[in-house]
Amino acid sequence: MRTGIFAALCVLLVACSSETTPRNTGVYMLLDTSGTYNEELKKAEQIIRYTLSKLDATDSFAVARIDTGSFSEKDIVAKASFDDRPSAVNRQKRLFAQQVSEFVETADPSPYTDITGGLLQAVEFLNEKGTGNKTILIFSDLKEDLAAGYIRDIDVELEGFEVIALNVTKLRSDNIDPREYLGRLEEWQGRVEKTGGEWRVINDLDGLEGLL
Amino acid sequence: MSFMLGITPWPVASAILWIILIVAALYLVRNTAHNTIKAAAQGLHRSFKVASKAVTRSEIKLEARNRDVLLAAGREAKERILEREFDRINETVRKDLANYSALHRSLSESIGRIEKDHQEAVDVPPDPPGWVKAVEAVAKMNAQEDRFSVGNILSDIHKSLIKAHKEAMNAYHVASARRHKLLRHMRPDWRRIQQKLTQVGKSVDSLLSRSVTIDRLMQEYEDIVHGQDRAISVLSSSSLVNFFVSAFVLCIAIGGATINFSLIARPMAEMVGGTSLIGNFRTADIAALVIILVEISMGLFLMESLRITRLFPVIGALPDKTRVRMIWITFTILFLLASVEAGLAYMREVLLHDELATSALLRGDVGATATGEYMWITTAAQMGMGFILPFALTFVAIPLETFVHSLRTVVGLIAISVLRALSLMLRLLGNVFLYLGVLLKQVYDIPLFVPLWLEERMARNADDDGLLGRVGR
Repeated sequence: MRTGIFAALCVLLVACSSETTPRNTGVYMLLDTSGTYNEELKKAEQIIRYTLSKLDATDSFAVARIDTGSFSEKDIVAKASFDDRPSAVNRQKRLFAQQVSEFVETADPSPYTDITGGLLQAVEFLNEKGTGNKTILIFSDLKEDLAAGYIRDIDVELEGFEVIALNVTKLRSDNIDPREYLGRLEEWQGRVEKTGGEWRVINDLDGLEGLL
Repeated sequence: MSFMLGITPWPVASAILWIILIVAALYLVRNTAHNTIKAAAQGLHRSFKVASKAVTRSEIKLEARNRDVLLAAGREAKERILEREFDRINETVRKDLANYSALHRSLSESIGRIEKDHQEAVDVPPDPPGWVKAVEAVAKMNAQEDRFSVGNILSDIHKSLIKAHKEAMNAYHVASARRHKLLRHMRPDWRRIQQKLTQVGKSVDSLLSRSVTIDRLMQEYEDIVHGQDRAISVLSSSSLVNFFVSAFVLCIAIGGATINFSLIARPMAEMVGGTSLIGNFRTADIAALVIILVEISMGLFLMESLRITRLFPVIGALPDKTRVRMIWITFTILFLLASVEAGLAYMREVLLHDELATSALLRGDVGATATGEYMWITTAAQMGMGFILPFALTFVAIPLETFVHSLRTVVGLIAISVLRALSLMLRLLGNVFLYLGVLLKQVYDIPLFVPLWLEERMARNADDDGLLGRVGR
C-alpha cells in the first residue's frame, strides 16, 4: 500500500516537473513589403511552408508584414497556435498556408519600412505565447526607412530569442558601396546581441535545413 | 637519504652501517616477525576456509531447496497429466458403460434371432416312403394267383412312386429355400455382432493403451515422490528446456506487442494529446502501452478462468458459476479492446493520409496527395492486425506460466553454480594466503642470510662439541 502511494506520488511529481519547462517552439516571421522587395514574397511563401512543415503540435507561428508602422496586430497576416491533436494541426497548417497564399497574391507595397516596430510586435507576441524556443525570422533587406514622427531608437529586449535574417538582398547602392550592406548587417547584429539575442543570416534559401 | 648517508664522513661506510643495523634489527625481531606473518596467513586462511564452508552450506541448502522446488513442480505437473489421463479413461469408460446395457441387449437380441433362425433352418428328415408296405403286400401274394392283377398293382405302385417322388422333391425344394432364406436373414445379425464386438475391442484397446501410459506416468510419479536422482535429472533438464522455449516464445510475443504498440500509439495522440508528457515519455505512448498491458492482463485472466493456466490460485478456486461469468466478462473486455484497437488502426491510416496530404500541400506537390487504388488493402490489414493481435497476445499466458515456473529452478541452478564458484574461490584464496605466509617468511630471511648462516654454523659447532663431549665421557 505504502509502496503504491509512494509510486503514485513519484509519478505525479515527475508529471508536475515536466510542466515547468515548455518544449514547444514559437516562430514569428516578418515580411518586408516595401518597394521592390514586395516581389520577393513568393520566396517568403516557400519559407513559410517549410516552417509550417517543421512545426508540430502546441507550437505557435505568426506571419506579419513590415510596413510604415509595424508595431500593430493589424499587420499580422496569419497566426496559429497549433492544437494538441495531430489531425487538428494538419487542418490549421492548411488554413495557414491558404491565408499566406492569399496575402502574397494581394499584397501591396508599403512606402516605408518599420523593422523595429515589427520586432517589438514579434517579441510581444512570442512572450505572450510563452513558448520554450522563440525564433524571429526577418525576411527583409534590413534597410529601415521610417516615416516622419515614428520613434524607433529603442532597445528591444531579446534575451532567449533567436533572430534570423533571411534573403537579405543587396540594394543597388550596396553594389556601389558594399560597406553599406555589411554595415547594415553589423548594425542589426549589434542591436540583437546587445540585448542578449542570437543573430544569424541565411541568404541561401535552398539550404533551410538548419532554420529551426 | 642524505641524512642516512651522512652519519659517517664516508657514505659507503654509512650505507654499510645502516645495512648492518637494519639486518641486526631484523634478525632480532625475526621470530616475532615470523610469528606475525604466520598468524596473519593462518588467520586469513582460516577466515576464508570458514567463509568457504559457509558458502558451501548455503549451496547445499539452496540445492536442497531447488531439489524440493523441482520435485514439487514435477509432482504437480505429473499430477495434472495423470488427472487428465484418468479423466480421459473415465470418459471412455463412462461412454462404454453407459452403452453397455444397450449393447448387451442388442447382442442378446441378435443372438436370439440367430438361434431361432438356426433352429428353424435345421434339415427336416424325409418321411419314410409309403410304398414299402405295398411292395411287401405284393411279395406275400401267391404266384398262382392272378398274374394280371399283380401287373396292374405294380403299375399303380409305379405311378404312385413317381408321384410321391415328385411331391417329395417339391417339398424338399421348398424346405431348402426356406432354410436358405433363414440363413440369409442371419447375415445382418452376424455383421451387427461383428461391428459391435470390433467397437468394444477398440474401446478395450484404447483403455489398455491408456493404462500403459498411466503405468508409465505412475512410475515417473513414484520416482518423483521418492526423490530419485534420475527423476531430478529429468526434471532439471526439462525445466531448462522449458525455460528456453518459453523465453523464445515470450520474445516473439514481445515482438507482437511492439507491432501492436506502433499501430495504436500514433492515433492515441488524438485522444490524449500529442505533446503532453509524463516524465520523459509521451502520454500517448504510455496510454497505448497501458492498453496493451490491460489486454495482456485480460488474456491472463481469461486463461486462468478457462483453467488453462494456474498462475492465480484464487481464480482457479472460484465456484464454476463465478468462473464462467469471469470468462464472459474478460472475453467481452478483450473483444471491446480489440475493437478499439481496430478503430485506432483505421484512424492511424486516416491520419497518415492527412499528414501526407498536408506535407504535399506545403511542398507544393499537389499530385502526391492522390491515394493509391489498393490502399484499402493496407488499411484492412492494419485493422485486422489491430483486432487479432490482442487475442493472439492472450496466449502469452501459457509460455509466461512455464517461464515463471521454470525461472525458479533456473535461477536456483544459476545461484548454486555461483555459490559453488564462490566457495572454490574462497578456498583457493585461503590456500593462497597460507602459502603467501610461507613465502613471506622465506623472503624475510633473504636479507638475513649472513646472521642465519652464522647461527647455523654456531649451532652445528655446538652440536659437534656436545657430541664429542658425550663420546669422551
